[in-house]
Amino acid sequence: MHMHKFEKIWLIFGFGALLVFLTVIGVSAFYLGNQPPSCLATIDPEKVDTTAPFNEPGLKKVEGKEWDYELVFVASAFSYSPARVEVPLGAKVKVIATSKDVMHGFQAAGTNVNMMLEPGYISEVVTTFKNPGEFLIVCNEYCGVGHHMMHSMIEVVE
Amino acid sequence: MAKTELNRKIDTETEVEDSTNLNGTLASVMILGAILIITWVGLYMLFLSR
Amino acid sequence: MNIQAKLKVDPRDGKLAMAHFYVFIVALAIGGLAGLLQTFVRSGKFELPFGIGYYQLLTLHGVVLALVMTTFFIMGFLHAVVSKTAGTYTNRQRTLAWISFALLTIGTIMAAIMILLNEASVLYTFYAPLQAHAVFYIGLTLVVVGSWVGSAAVFMKYGEWRKANPGQSSPLLTFMAVITLMMWDIATIGVATTVLFQILPWSLGLVETINVGLSRTLFWYFGHPLVYFWLLPAYMVWYAIIPKIIGGKIFSDSLARLSFVLLLFFSIPVGLHHQLVEPGIDPAWKFIQVILTFLVVIPSLMTAFSLFATFESYGRSKGAKGLFGWFKKLPWGDARFTIPFIGMLGFIPGGAGGIVNASHQMNQLVHNTIWITGHFHMTVAFAVILTFYGVAYWLIPHLTGRILTKKMNKLAMIQGITWTIGMLFMSSSMHIQGLLGGPRRSAFSEYGGAAQAAEWIPYQIAQAVGGSILFISIILMVYVFINLAFFAPKGEQEFPVGEVAKGAEKTPLVFDNWKLWLGISAILIVFAYTLPLIDLIQNAPPGSKGFKLW
Repeated sequence: MHMHKFEKIWLIFGFGALLVFLTVIGVSAFYLGNQPPSCLATIDPEKVDTTAPFNEPGLKKVEGKEWDYELVFVASAFSYSPARVEVPLGAKVKVIATSKDVMHGFQAAGTNVNMMLEPGYISEVVTTFKNPGEFLIVCNEYCGVGHHMMHSMIEVVE
Repeated sequence: MAKTELNRKIDTETEVEDSTNLNGTLASVMILGAILIITWVGLYMLFLSR
Repeated sequence: MNIQAKLKVDPRDGKLAMAHFYVFIVALAIGGLAGLLQTFVRSGKFELPFGIGYYQLLTLHGVVLALVMTTFFIMGFLHAVVSKTAGTYTNRQRTLAWISFALLTIGTIMAAIMILLNEASVLYTFYAPLQAHAVFYIGLTLVVVGSWVGSAAVFMKYGEWRKANPGQSSPLLTFMAVITLMMWDIATIGVATTVLFQILPWSLGLVETINVGLSRTLFWYFGHPLVYFWLLPAYMVWYAIIPKIIGGKIFSDSLARLSFVLLLFFSIPVGLHHQLVEPGIDPAWKFIQVILTFLVVIPSLMTAFSLFATFESYGRSKGAKGLFGWFKKLPWGDARFTIPFIGMLGFIPGGAGGIVNASHQMNQLVHNTIWITGHFHMTVAFAVILTFYGVAYWLIPHLTGRILTKKMNKLAMIQGITWTIGMLFMSSSMHIQGLLGGPRRSAFSEYGGAAQAAEWIPYQIAQAVGGSILFISIILMVYVFINLAFFAPKGEQEFPVGEVAKGAEKTPLVFDNWKLWLGISAILIVFAYTLPLIDLIQNAPPGSKGFKLW
């Protein structure tokens, strides 16, 4: 099977570019720890309210961990608890969330915090809030008739 | 000697095909490649800045 | 007679294909209207009448366009192409194809009724634990089974051709049709498994709970190849039909087959890239499927080269000079070429966006934002659909014994260009709004007066403008379709089948070695999915009851 030499050049170039992309995200994910949210912990979706840490939603200072705060959210159709929370600027925060009923989304608009909440699983992401201001949390996975009414707010304060 | 002859024949055949003028094609796909790279790098920067 | 492609599709096979296309055009009109109304609602200036729900409408839009319209067009197109290039169907094959059509239609009607009764507002992805009426799932199952029966007809024709023409390479378009349907059949096993063994028993009340993570993973095992099921027929047109329309040659038969084989390999074991920000799946497995996803880019890079090379070779044969002189030689007045060509160009930003979406943690930037909606409207609703329009302009009159007149060609150009303008408006505003955090699949909302949500509204208005222009294009398309099917002058409209250049190298026979291709495909799937699936089953949380939250 013959291939024109320009096509070879093109495919080597294209393959090379893809390889560079993969290397950049691969190193960032596996060496620097910037994996997408992939928590493997499970929970009984019907006992969320009585299971720690979801029995106390909100921001909590923690000691001796890689992050300074834990921010716990409970999602259910069609709201988040807490409905509003203040976070100090520059703090390293682990966001921990789960759903009590159906699939929900959890995205803080304008940040990289964007993950699926699946009944039975805990979702986690560690982030640093670098910019002050209000960040709207929206449900971005269809969950029913009130899906577009489901939101919360993170206020990053100095 | 016959062997060399045979090899040369194949080489010229390949050259004939490769001489099809596809300069515009190469330029076009390279523009396409540039679009892919610019898009990806731009969004990776946005990802890092957030 | 079998070796040389017949001049015209046999009228009996033509009727079969046309039956599919009638459903296609009705689905386009209904789904398009639903889409228009959605953009209106989301602009914040309009409310739905008669108690119709936004998400009911959205389910209709997704099911009718993504599942019904595409499947009917593709099956009709593949039957026509195979009948043309591998020979007229035998009675047995045609009967199977009609049974397939009947199953597709009955399944569609069942699902549609449940949506209209508001018993199934779960969107076309029907994620558990939202629970629709069982009839909705049964309907969609029939659609899948119907497509299996239809592909059996194609495989039988292909087998018959191979037997009658030993030692010869199969007709390119038939080969591509077989790859497309093989890929589809392997992929639909995933959705069939979750529907038959998880969702149906659960929605019928036979079991109380469902494993949500497993169901989603099986769905996305199907969900990504689904988009390639849309794309491959467009690639068939680009590789093997467009060259004939412009009067050029297929750049390389072998490389076209090679890219289809690669698409078969790499379009299936990649579904996890739809679940990159999901819990319960190890990120290492996500990354492995990200690598496989990147490999599926390669055949598309090959495709881009082949197409440009076809165009340049043609232009140079007409005396074009300079680096881009060949571009001017292309038949820009011919809607059969120009409209699919615009689609090809649209696949460039579409593909660029796709690479971003699949880039592992970068997916956090865009996941479930309206950027994704913009992305797949650029790929399927632009690149693929413009190509399908381009096919309809000549295939409908070919099958009905009519011709595409100069006047209709002009209208077809206007139709395609209107679509282009509308989609550029809609898709680009979706992309930008998505990067600003705007969610997909959501009705109009001010989100409690949040400043960020207020920034999104101008883009939503732009989407309504785009949606309106797109709907005008749909009206034009319906008009063109009806003209070509019933009123255009009688005549012989050519069925363009591309040829390779004289003296081109012979296509290696290895391409018809299905044991090899299916074997490699199976190995890749088993490799990519076995451990993630075992994980999801063994470490499953307590199951979920059904919810009806609409």
